[in-house]
Amino acid sequence: MKLIGDLGRYLLLMRHVFVKPDRISVFIRQIFIEFQRLGLDSLGIVLIISIFVGAVVALQTAYNIDSPLIPLTMVGFTTRQSIILEFSPTMISLVLAGKVGSRIASEIGTMKVTEQVDALEIMGINPANFLIQPKVFAGVIINPILIVFSICLGLFGGWLACISTGEVTSNDYILGLQIYFDAYTVTYALIKTAVFAFIITTVSGYHGYETRGGALEVGNASTKAVVFSSIIIIIFNLILTQLLL
Amino acid sequence: MIEARNINKFFGNKQVLKDVSVRFYQGKTNLVIGQSGSGKTVLIKCLVGLHEIDSGQILYNDRDFSKLSFRQKKSIRQEIGMLFQGGALFDYMNVQENVGFPLKMFSDLSPQKQIERVNFCLHRVNLKGANNLMPSELSGGMVKRVAIARAIALNPKYLFCDEPNSGLDPQTANLIDNLISEITDEFNITTVINTHDMNSVVEIGEKIVFINQGKVWWEGDNKEILTSENEELNKFVFASKLTRKLKS
Repeated sequence: MKLIGDLGRYLLLMRHVFVKPDRISVFIRQIFIEFQRLGLDSLGIVLIISIFVGAVVALQTAYNIDSPLIPLTMVGFTTRQSIILEFSPTMISLVLAGKVGSRIASEIGTMKVTEQVDALEIMGINPANFLIQPKVFAGVIINPILIVFSICLGLFGGWLACISTGEVTSNDYILGLQIYFDAYTVTYALIKTAVFAFIITTVSGYHGYETRGGALEVGNASTKAVVFSSIIIIIFNLILTQLLL
Repeated sequence: MIEARNINKFFGNKQVLKDVSVRFYQGKTNLVIGQSGSGKTVLIKCLVGLHEIDSGQILYNDRDFSKLSFRQKKSIRQEIGMLFQGGALFDYMNVQENVGFPLKMFSDLSPQKQIERVNFCLHRVNLKGANNLMPSELSGGMVKRVAIARAIALNPKYLFCDEPNSGLDPQTANLIDNLISEITDEFNITTVINTHDMNSVVEIGEKIVFINQGKVWWEGDNKEILTSENEELNKFVFASKLTRKLKS
């Protein structure tokens, strides 16, 4: 019952979020600020995770190829497919749900408990729209860019691991990256990422906006934002995979 | 003038405001006093629309605020300035951006004119030159003064203050009280202050409403309050040894 109540409140909040902003110029400025906060500030963690996971995927694939009948180009092929189809869009989105989701929920939650949200409302501003909508737009635009960046870095990490260990030659790996390439897999990854970004920003925004009380409740809201965003991402991952592939 | 007519407010089964009718006059510092939990903050939040009332009317110069939609309330809200208990300054904006925020959202002033208006407001609250400070760098008194500057940035007709001097030393509290009183006179604003500070009551209470158990228990001014024979009011006003000593 509580879950249904939460869903109802979430939908009601979204009704207030997706309306015309009070000032378009302020809204655009807010989006650019959110690009920085949600996107550029996450570059470091995306870079590190992508390179290392790309390297591990390549090495594990190479380790599992025992048969001389399987060409070593399969290492590049498997790394590419794993990273484009699943690792970058889903795993990086889960990491971002932790980093960005907790940030959004704690930011809005703190504003709520310190009456900053009330101050906006008194001024005649729709706080849900002002605080959440720029984050949603920024997330849906910047996260797919981060994922493209992550895919490139993951593939680079795989190449680095292959040539530094000598398991696969540079030529075999790069040839593997190129064979049977279907550009639709990238489209699929970008669509998934945009949907996941929508989930992260709206679910975290909802949990921040529903915060009542003090510092303890802000912490709880932040935790709930990460947990719920992650679970919903996992569920939508299955749904989107079935629908799109 | 702001008028509340027979307003009732429930939270679940608990009735917090019971048939409250009260008028707050233009150009006067109107004080709402009462013990913690008496319903005075709920009254103010109902007046500004942060809480929906269950019955009754709230009139802003005869405009029925309680019957308007969010969009319709917007025009009245732009005539309202509010000073929150903790200041409610936006953490990620500096002083200039905080004070200039309502101007940016609702005025058609050029950026240069906006800065001039911000500087005027900051000058008015004796914070000239504090433009680039962040809220975390301000003292309690400065936070309240910046919040007042933000509240008056759009030349409001109505100013609401929720415990404006709570957590301040007596000298700074006095300064804030006098500043609010001066601004009320200067701009002919209808000011409603929610307080339980007896010094404020005596210093600036041109109209005082005593709320007890969700009801309007007594109304008067800062002279009448000291001589009133209302038992509940006297318990509240003369609660401390110092005030009892002063009375005797």
